[in-house]
Formats: sequence, C-alpha cells, structure tokens
Amino acid sequence: MALNRKDFFKVLGVTGVTLAIGKEAGAVPKKEESIEFKGILYDSTRCAGCQTCESACAEANGLPSPTAAIEAGVIRNTDEVHRTVVNAFNSSKGETYLKKQCMHCNEPACTAACLTQAMYKTKEGAVIWRGDKCMGCRYCMVSCPFDVPKFEYHSANPKIEKCNMCYSRLGEGKIPACVENCPAEALMYGPRRDLIKEARKRIVENPDQYVDHIYGEHEAGGTGFLYIAGVPFEELGLNTSIQKESYPSLSKGFLYSVPTIFVLWPAILLGIRESTKNNHLKSDENE
Amino acid sequence: MNSLNYTIAKDNDGKSIWKFLAGEMKPRGSFLTPFNIISIPIMILGLVLIVIRFWKGLGSVTNLTQEVPWGLWIGFDVVTGVAFAGGAYVLTFMVYILNMQKYHSIVRITVLNGFLAYVFYAGALLLDLGRPWNVINPIIGNSFGTSSVLFLVAWHFLLYMIAQLIEFSPAVAEWLGARKARKILSGMTVAAVIFGITLSTLHQSGLGALYLMAKDKIHPLWYNEFIPIMFFVSSIFAGLSMVIFEGSISHRVFFNQISEENHKSHNSIIIGLSKICAVAMFAYFFLQVLVFVHGKRWDLLFTPMGYWYLLEMFGFVMFPMLLFFYSYRRKNINLVKVAAILTMLGVILNRLNVTVIGFKWDAAIRYIPTWMELVVTLAVIFTEIWIFRWVVNRMPVLRESPSWVNDKH
Ligand code: SF4
Ligand code: SF4
Repeated sequence: MALNRKDFFKVLGVTGVTLAIGKEAGAVPKKEESIEFKGILYDSTRCAGCQTCESACAEANGLPSPTAAIEAGVIRNTDEVHRTVVNAFNSSKGETYLKKQCMHCNEPACTAACLTQAMYKTKEGAVIWRGDKCMGCRYCMVSCPFDVPKFEYHSANPKIEKCNMCYSRLGEGKIPACVENCPAEALMYGPRRDLIKEARKRIVENPDQYVDHIYGEHEAGGTGFLYIAGVPFEELGLNTSIQKESYPSLSKGFLYSVPTIFVLWPAILLGIRESTKNNHLKSDENE
Repeated sequence: MNSLNYTIAKDNDGKSIWKFLAGEMKPRGSFLTPFNIISIPIMILGLVLIVIRFWKGLGSVTNLTQEVPWGLWIGFDVVTGVAFAGGAYVLTFMVYILNMQKYHSIVRITVLNGFLAYVFYAGALLLDLGRPWNVINPIIGNSFGTSSVLFLVAWHFLLYMIAQLIEFSPAVAEWLGARKARKILSGMTVAAVIFGITLSTLHQSGLGALYLMAKDKIHPLWYNEFIPIMFFVSSIFAGLSMVIFEGSISHRVFFNQISEENHKSHNSIIIGLSKICAVAMFAYFFLQVLVFVHGKRWDLLFTPMGYWYLLEMFGFVMFPMLLFFYSYRRKNINLVKVAAILTMLGVILNRLNVTVIGFKWDAAIRYIPTWMELVVTLAVIFTEIWIFRWVVNRMPVLRESPSWVNDKH
C-alpha cells in the first residue's frame, strides 16, 4: 500500500511537470518574420477549373479519381476521399474558380488540439497526420476553423483525411502533385515569404486584375496556403470574418493557468483546512 | 424491501476472500423489479449496438457528420455527465476542507456516485474514439500533445478516478473486513481529497475550454472566452442538485440501510445544500449577465436562438435559483427537490447548447442523434445504476461502518 501511495504521487508529480513543460511546448509561435515555412500560392485568376489538381491529388494519394464535374454555384466539399476540390462561383467578374484544401496554418488549431501529436506541423511547413499516433477523437475536426480534417465514419480502422501538402513527395525532392500538374500555373510552391512577395508583385503590377488582399497572410494567424483573386474572397466562399490571431491563442490563457492552479490550489486548500479545524470541534460539541 | 435487510457490515476475517466475493456477486432481493425489466433489454440492445459500432465504424450507429464530429456521446455522456459528478468534489471540499461535519453522512455515497459517473461516462468516451487502440499514446508518453486541452482533460480524468477510488477505498476495506488496509487507506483520504478538488477545478473548466477553439462554430450567445469559468461554476450547482436528487431516491430505495440519526439529519442536509445551490446559481447568473452585456449581444436576443437562450437563463437558472432560495427560507423539502430537477434540466440544456444544439447551428445538415446513440447512452447510464446498486447493497456506503472501525483508534 505504501508503494502505491508513492507511485500515485510520482504520477502526479510527472503530470505536474509535463503540464508545466506544456506551457513552453505549446507555445510554438514564432514571429511571422522568422518563419521559413514552405507553402503554396494559388492564383484564382489563372485557374481554369480544369480539375487536374483534383485528379493529380487523388492519384498521388491513392484515392478514387473525382467524378463530379464543376458546376457554378454548386459547392462541393472535401471529404474522406477528396483532399482537394475546385468550385466555381458566379462572381462579379463572371465565373471564378477556387481550390479548397487544408490551409496548413502557421499555428494550426488541429495540432494544438491533438493530444497525441498525430496532427503535426512539420518543420517544412506541411501539416501532416500520423495514423500510428491518432486515437480518432476528432478534436482536430472540432477545432479547425476551416473544417478541413475529415473522418472515415464507415470504417473500423478509420483515418483522418486531409491534404498533407504531399509530404512524402516533398521528402523525395518533388513538389506537391497539384502544383506540379497544374497546366495553368495557378499554383506555386516555395518558401512562404517568397510566395507573399510574388503575390504582392502580381497585385501591384496588375491592380485592376486583383483585389488587394492575400488571403492567408494574416487569417488565422497566417497560413501556408495563400490565395489571391480578382474578386473579394467572400464571393468565393472563403470566410473573411475569420480572426487574425491564431486559433491556439484562444485556449492559451486557460492552459497557462493550469500549472499555477496545480501549485496554488493544494496549498490554499490545506490552509483553509487548518483554519477550519476548530469548526470541527465546535460542531462536535453541538452534537 | 425487507430482502435488503441483511447482516450489517460483517467482519469477514477468516473467510476465504474468493468464497466471500463469489457470494457477493449473487443478486439479492427480487429480480423482476420494474427497473430491471426496463433496463435489461436496453442494456442488451446497447451492447449489440456497441459491437456493431466497433465492427462497422462510427457512422453505422451515429449521425455524426464531417462538420459535427462530436455528438450526444461527448456532449451528453461526457460533458454533461461529468458536470453532474461534480457533487463529489464540492462535498469533499465542504466536509474535509471546510469541516462542515453535518454533511459527513452523505460523503461516501456522493463519492461513489462521482466515481462511477467518471468510470462510465468518461468511459463512454472510448466508444467514441475512432482508433481506440491508440488511446494509451497520450498516457504512456509515446506522444505528448501537451498543448492540447484534451490531453489535460484526459490525464485529469485518469488521476481523478484514482483519487476518488482512494477516497472511497475505506468503504471497500470495511466491506472486506481488511482492518489494516482500511487504516492506511483512510490515512490517505485528505491527500486524495486535496488532489481531487484541484483536478476537478481544472477538468470541470477544461471541458469548457475544449470548445474555446471552436469560436466560429458555436452560437455567439453560448460562446465566450469565459466558458471554462462558466462550466466550473455551474458544475457546483449541477453536482449538488444531483446529490439532492440522487439522495432522495436512495433514501427511499435503500431506506433500511440508513440509521435513525442520519434519517433525521437528511432534511437539514438538503436544506443546507439548497442554500449553497442558490448562492452558486446567483454567481453563475451574474457572470452570464456580465458576459452578455460585455459582449453586446442584444441584437441576437430576438431570434429563435435568442428565445432559447432566454428560456435557459430565466427558466432554468433564474427560476430554480429563486426556488432554492425560497424553499431554503421556508424549509420546504419538496420544493428543493423540484428546484434540483429544474436545475439539472437547465444544466443538461446548457451543456447541450454549447456542444450540440448551438454547435454549427447554421449548418445545412443539422446533427440529430440516432435512436441508437440514445439507446447506447441509456445503456451506459443503466449499467452504472446497476453497479451503484450492487455496491450500496454490499458496502457500508449509506449504512454505518462496522464497529471495529472505531474500536482501534
Ligand atoms: S486548415 Fe485546419 S487542418 Fe489545416 S492546418 Fe489549419 S487547422 Fe489544421
Ligand atoms: S482525431 Fe487523431 S489527429 Fe485528430 S485530434 Fe484526435 S488524435 Fe489527433
């Protein structure tokens, strides 16, 4: 019994420590300037809606080829077998296309949510999912502001499906399949900083063609996938009221208070207990 | 009822422990009670559904969608169930920290209730995991997602269950007649209580903090950055209402086990709890108003969701709060019970509003649980009640401890 007791406190101690460390480990954010993440720039004005990226993605990731054709006004969504989709919108400048996939946030909500680090922001910038760690709790889905991770509800061994920027191809020195195969050069892969420069350049050189906004530069604390377009992004189904701070910052306050409570609470409780010992005597007398 | 009247707290020294346990496994009393007749088929059906769920995937029994990945099993079983289990930390705080001895007689049953609620409701979490074989990852340190609120909640659940087990263990020792063990275990009670309260503070609020990142998905009347504090404060009166509710049922069902003295003090306990509930609810209501005013949500009030919100706040917080207060002044036990039930409904409403009803309230396809999700939920609750009954009928939970407990001090 004495042993058990010791173990119990040891466990408590270890958790206390990990919680304290969690404070640092959880705070991945670096200043945006120092991020050398790679990302993808998507130029909606160049996109012809040919769906080549969809097929290339499906092929590279062993998923069924997309069958549905694009139809303006009909929103298709990514799901457990489609990591990316292109939709057409009847915008103020006519039919305009927009590709959808994981945004590869700089500070992703999904990785901050994941309790096993199955969702993982690689140092290159791609956000990947690791099946050997995932316990399928779907907290990543609850937290992702873009509703990106998808779950195989009809499998006994379900996976979380989402774009991983073709992480394995990157390891082989290749570029993401969608970028490589886009015939219109609507997609561009490279260091996020260069992509932002390139996007600015295009906007500055053709002010009539583009709206002056790089979607993903600041949205959700910055994302690895960046958009430029000829019409305001709300016309293209993107959430433009999304907060500029990263999503993990929303729960940071709570997480930071944890080690404090863990240390202070027991001390306070013991203190109160000492000071109320007399109550005990009093109520005993009353009885 | 008479069949419940067995030898109280026998001393089992000398009897082989296996023989003793085997004897204790046998059902007691009449088997075909209304509760058994209703609960047994549901538990069997629930078991079948659970098998299907693990065989064919979550989608075969639930209505969860890609947009609403957490439904009834998380929103009700876990988030709501754990709030109701809050009575254990509140009562141990009152008795062991504040030394309010008056409530001592109901500590054991409340801790037992809390412990079983955690085991079963939090255990229901496993049903919801897509890849449950990896559940040990965050525990064994294979991969610590320390920035995850869920990581914290998972660890705290685990540790809190251990703490509660220690808090309850003297009763087990008394049942088994293990005198030495009892002495050691009861010596650990205070430490377990202190850790238990600390852990509870953190995970009751942590359950709310889980939803902090879902900022854009929860209806703004229910989302605010103070959800963790709201969840914590409401767990106080949620837990105590459960104590009142469960207490008055136990009081009838296990009538014979309760000593004359404790019968007498029962009413004054309930009246006392009603005052605490009223105060906690007042604090909660006040906080909600502050957040509401601060958030400038006036425009949202006159929408269907707004009316729903007002119903929750006035019908199920304000009204039962006044009722608690009134019945405390009038010493009206029956009204306290009514207030407790209303409060519990209000807590269910609130937790579901945050986790299910207000979650993606504007989505094209709304999540509505299947009958199968409901059956599994009921099956979990019934199984818990079965175990609860089994324990209360055998261990000194409501009845007095065996006499040797006091002898040796
Ligand atoms: S878009 Fe969602 S899934 Fe992709 S990195 Fe950001 S939070 Fe994660
Ligand atoms: S479902 Fe898997 S990847 Fe997503 S948060 Fe849970 S453990 Fe992490």
